[in-house]
Amino acid sequence: MIRAADVLAAMTDRRTFIVRTAAIAAGAGAGRAWLFSSARATPQVMQEAIRAIVGEAVPQRGRITLDVPPLVENGNVVPLTITVDSPMTEADHVVSIHVVNEKNPQPHVISVTVGPRAGRAKLSTRIKLADSQQIVGLAEMSDGSFWTASADVVVTLAACVEPEVR
Amino acid sequence: MARVLINVPAKARRGEIIEIKTLISHPMESGFRTGTNGTMIPRDIITLFRCTHNGSEIFRAELSPAIAANPFISFFTVAAESGTLEFRWTGDNGFVQSETAELAVE
Repeated sequence: MIRAADVLAAMTDRRTFIVRTAAIAAGAGAGRAWLFSSARATPQVMQEAIRAIVGEAVPQRGRITLDVPPLVENGNVVPLTITVDSPMTEADHVVSIHVVNEKNPQPHVISVTVGPRAGRAKLSTRIKLADSQQIVGLAEMSDGSFWTASADVVVTLAACVEPEVR
Repeated sequence: MARVLINVPAKARRGEIIEIKTLISHPMESGFRTGTNGTMIPRDIITLFRCTHNGSEIFRAELSPAIAANPFISFFTVAAESGTLEFRWTGDNGFVQSETAELAVE
């Protein structure tokens, strides 16, 4: 039997380790930056990815609902539903929906092109998450405006870390 | 040929918004994992999913390695007319698969 106190102790240890590692990394300076320059999307890379999608426009918060479980056990399969509040008429509809993340190896998750024929701007899929992180949804409207929403997900078993099973 | 599951309502009223669910068996190998011999497993994913209704595109999704294995995609469309829905998945290593489904609008 695993006692809650043990789990808590283990978590604290891990956290202390992470904090120390971060401190060492910060202290090491730019000369050691290569150690941490592995292929991995960071909040900054995510911002660049968002910039690449929206261009010069400034996304406004709202109109998007990101439905993703706040705590997932298996990062290999995370159900994601994204709904955009729009009448979906010829004059006012969603043009595209994008999802980006900040800590997977690449920031891009999915880009979808829809139109007034969709009737409802809603999309469901299943994604992989390599770490506990923030997911950002973006929607482009027919008037050229961008809307955004974000969701935080805690992942206990990360995707991409398990070796190949033969 | 990869196995495909497509769920389209057999009948719909004109103007009704219907949900289409698709699932295709595919490993979606991200290209970021190491194999048993220590080398990277090359990327093998589906990059594009398209759905056309009587030849005109109603939905398109650009997928990335962050999509889980056996990609499931669900979306909506207005049942405007009877006809054929064509689903097409394209991906790495020349992966192409097409499936069709009939939609009856009354």
